[in-house]
Amino acid sequence: MSENEQKDSPEQSSFRKYCRNWLSGHVPLPPAFRLPQSAMEIMTQEQMDYLCRWQKSAYDAGLVGCDYPGEYGGFGRTNCQRIANEEMHRAGTPYFPNVIALGMAAPTLFHHGSEELKKRFIPKILSGEEIWCQGFSEPDAGSDLANVQTFAEKKGDNWVINGQKIWTSLAMFASWMIILCRHDRSDKYKGLTYFIVPIKSALGKGVDVRPLIKMTGETGFNEVFFTDLEIPDSYRLDKVGNGWQVAMTTLLHERGAGPLITPTAGGQTSRSSETTYNAMTLVDLAKKSDRLGKTAADDPVIRDRIMSLVIRQRGFMESLRRSRVKGLADHPMRIPLQGKLVMSELVQDIAALALEIEGASATLFIADANAPAGGAWPLAYMNSFGGTIAAGTSEVQRNILGERVLGLAKSK
Amino acid sequence: MAQPSDFGYGMEEQILRAEARKFFKDTCDELRLMDLVAGKTDPHREPECLWDKKAWKKMTDLGWTTLAVPERAGGIGMSAVAVATLVEEAGRAAFPSPLISTINATYVLSACHTKNADAALAEIADNRTAALAVTNRKGSWSSSDTDVSASHANGVITLNGTAWFVQDARKADFFVVAAGSNDEVGLYVVPADASGVTVVPDAIVDLTRDQAHVTFEGVEVGPACTAADPGSGSLALELGLPAVLTMVSADMCGAGEWQLQTTAAYAGKRVQFDRALGYFQAVKHPIVNMMIMIDSARSLVYNAACAMDHEPEFSSVYAHMAKAAAGDMAAFCSGRSVQYHGGMGFTWECFVHLYFKRQMHNQVLYGDAAHHRVKLADFFMGPPRG
Ligand SMILES: Cc1cc2nc3c(=O)[nH]c(=O)nc-3n(C[C@H](O)[C@H](O)[C@H](O)COP(=O)(O)OP(=O)(O)OC[C@H]3O[C@@H](n4cnc5c(N)ncnc54)[C@H](O)[C@@H]3O)c2cc1C
Repeated sequence: MSENEQKDSPEQSSFRKYCRNWLSGHVPLPPAFRLPQSAMEIMTQEQMDYLCRWQKSAYDAGLVGCDYPGEYGGFGRTNCQRIANEEMHRAGTPYFPNVIALGMAAPTLFHHGSEELKKRFIPKILSGEEIWCQGFSEPDAGSDLANVQTFAEKKGDNWVINGQKIWTSLAMFASWMIILCRHDRSDKYKGLTYFIVPIKSALGKGVDVRPLIKMTGETGFNEVFFTDLEIPDSYRLDKVGNGWQVAMTTLLHERGAGPLITPTAGGQTSRSSETTYNAMTLVDLAKKSDRLGKTAADDPVIRDRIMSLVIRQRGFMESLRRSRVKGLADHPMRIPLQGKLVMSELVQDIAALALEIEGASATLFIADANAPAGGAWPLAYMNSFGGTIAAGTSEVQRNILGERVLGLAKSK
Repeated sequence: MAQPSDFGYGMEEQILRAEARKFFKDTCDELRLMDLVAGKTDPHREPECLWDKKAWKKMTDLGWTTLAVPERAGGIGMSAVAVATLVEEAGRAAFPSPLISTINATYVLSACHTKNADAALAEIADNRTAALAVTNRKGSWSSSDTDVSASHANGVITLNGTAWFVQDARKADFFVVAAGSNDEVGLYVVPADASGVTVVPDAIVDLTRDQAHVTFEGVEVGPACTAADPGSGSLALELGLPAVLTMVSADMCGAGEWQLQTTAAYAGKRVQFDRALGYFQAVKHPIVNMMIMIDSARSLVYNAACAMDHEPEFSSVYAHMAKAAAGDMAAFCSGRSVQYHGGMGFTWECFVHLYFKRQMHNQVLYGDAAHHRVKLADFFMGPPRG
């Protein structure tokens, strides 16, 4: 059922062969230690190093940054990142650690950065040598992002930054941050300007990073405090006062709806754990789980609910396919803007059903030797709320879809 | 075999859609549809069969009723994706016609691969209309459950019994009848005006089609009417079923899109509490959910249709997915479309009930969502124990 191959361009088709061939010998062995379910929960340097080595080797082989121009460290191909992604998923590789950089910083720099910034930063994003984080959310600016108060004050040729960001994923590993700041308090939207700022090299010198503990007990996101951090004007993206427009580019890519395809790799975490985002894995789980003297796979209610999820999952896959077909896509943003919402809610519902199927064993968490699937499902269920909250909550996504695609009146 | 990534949806299909949308708008906009089918309100009225034969004639002149007929039988032989495109537009217009029933009969006849079946297809190519008469009193379309029997003697086949839930029966020139002989099922082509055939209209909810049970009392037909011999009729029905499910689902997606656009437009203009209704998230978010469900069902419809020509080994699984998704979608969209039109939406005068009723009918036609999930579960999980 690999319908994607038939319509490859000649370049895509030979590149696909190349990827498949390279991957057949270069998927790293799973590490001895446990990896988290996604890059958003990387906790240790050891995990980070393992994943960075993988990203570097994929980059060196040309599987990351396929469509970026050569002068920015890319490989100058046309529509080939999607091919590489498909092949990496098929090969079951680990995921990439530099997700914020690949998915958000690079496309934002590409569209709004100066030539100098693009040449300096994009190559090391692609190779994974420099990790990035995203400083958008603040204690009083979440869904209402334009309310950010972190202040950038012009001082000669430099800017001085003061304020606090929160929920900043990967900040404890990051060399750099994309940051949305306020330079003018009199105008909510036009008072915003977008910069890049150093994190690692400025720790204790204007930047302070404090990890926050997630509901799972994992770390991954942080509070970041800025106290008189001074940066050159060359770190500004786009014009002063254009921060909101630049942020929209970031968000569009964050939600998978931007023009540049983000490099993503497979979700292998360790040899024993199962993928927790595929409804078909529930079939095997049900066959292994007892229920009323039979297995859960014999229970008609469970069967019905698994099939509902299998259908939703397939439906969304087919929608992505349809969104690329001229004349079948309706409004051009109609399906792309659904991606993050539909996927994150599907993943949540898959995990919720898995817990029901596991029954009493769903109480066993990752440290318990008897936990089925190594406790992956309760962990996945909790982490799925990161998915429905981060990058614009499900409620905000529904507002956007209703307003932009269906023309409904704007909610405040 | 693999599917083309673009579903095989190209220039021709785009043109077909544009022409179909314009055609239905010109011949059957909401006002005309109301005039045509909603003249009488009494729920105890006699069953009616209301359709615009002039519009139908125009459609046959365009060749649209023969799109699905294979070239070998004199039809246009377009892909199932093209046919689904047309059906989707017909559903969007809730167009009362024998289009879908004829298309469904076409796919079942095409699956017979006999000279006689091809002769019946040639009649469809010649603009005759057809309907499947394969469902029993209890609503089962499984061929072995048929309530019609066929006895073969001296080169004459005699049919007795009743086929139920026959779609657009009063608009059909002939029926494709599933009938059992001993334990084997054959398919027979029976003219609607053959002696011994009685079409008994059902009083149905849906105003945009007719339905009947058709009785066969000693109906005698010649061997040339055997589209599939006893023993091969079941397979032909089974092979035709994915197309039937896919086309009914395409109809539902078109109707769902009408419900979405109409409800969104109403939420944009109706003002309460000084704001357009769509401002309120209790209205806005479920309307977005309508869209999400439509998009999923619609993508599954095109996947199933494409599979019919390119990946036939999976067309049945994909068709079950499409009908299951379309069923849930239709129920949700119908409910929301009436609810968000408020008191207005509860009246006969408002158009939304026409689509509400068409969707209600489609939801259960050839199995509701839960039925198709049972079929999928058997496929993906194996049959349940106990
Ligand atoms: C795992 C994780 C990782 C994250 N990583 C980052 C990161 O790296 N960088 C970064 O900048 N941010 C990050 N975030 C922050 C994230 O973007 C915010 O949490 C999110 O935008 C919501 O903001 P909030 O938490 O302030 O919630 P609030 O905005 O206070 O929302 C609370 C609730 O109210 C609802 N609500 C709010 N406004 C509306 C409205 N208008 N209509 C309807 N409902 C509404 C929300 O949907 C939500 O359910 C991360 C969050 C998580 C969970």
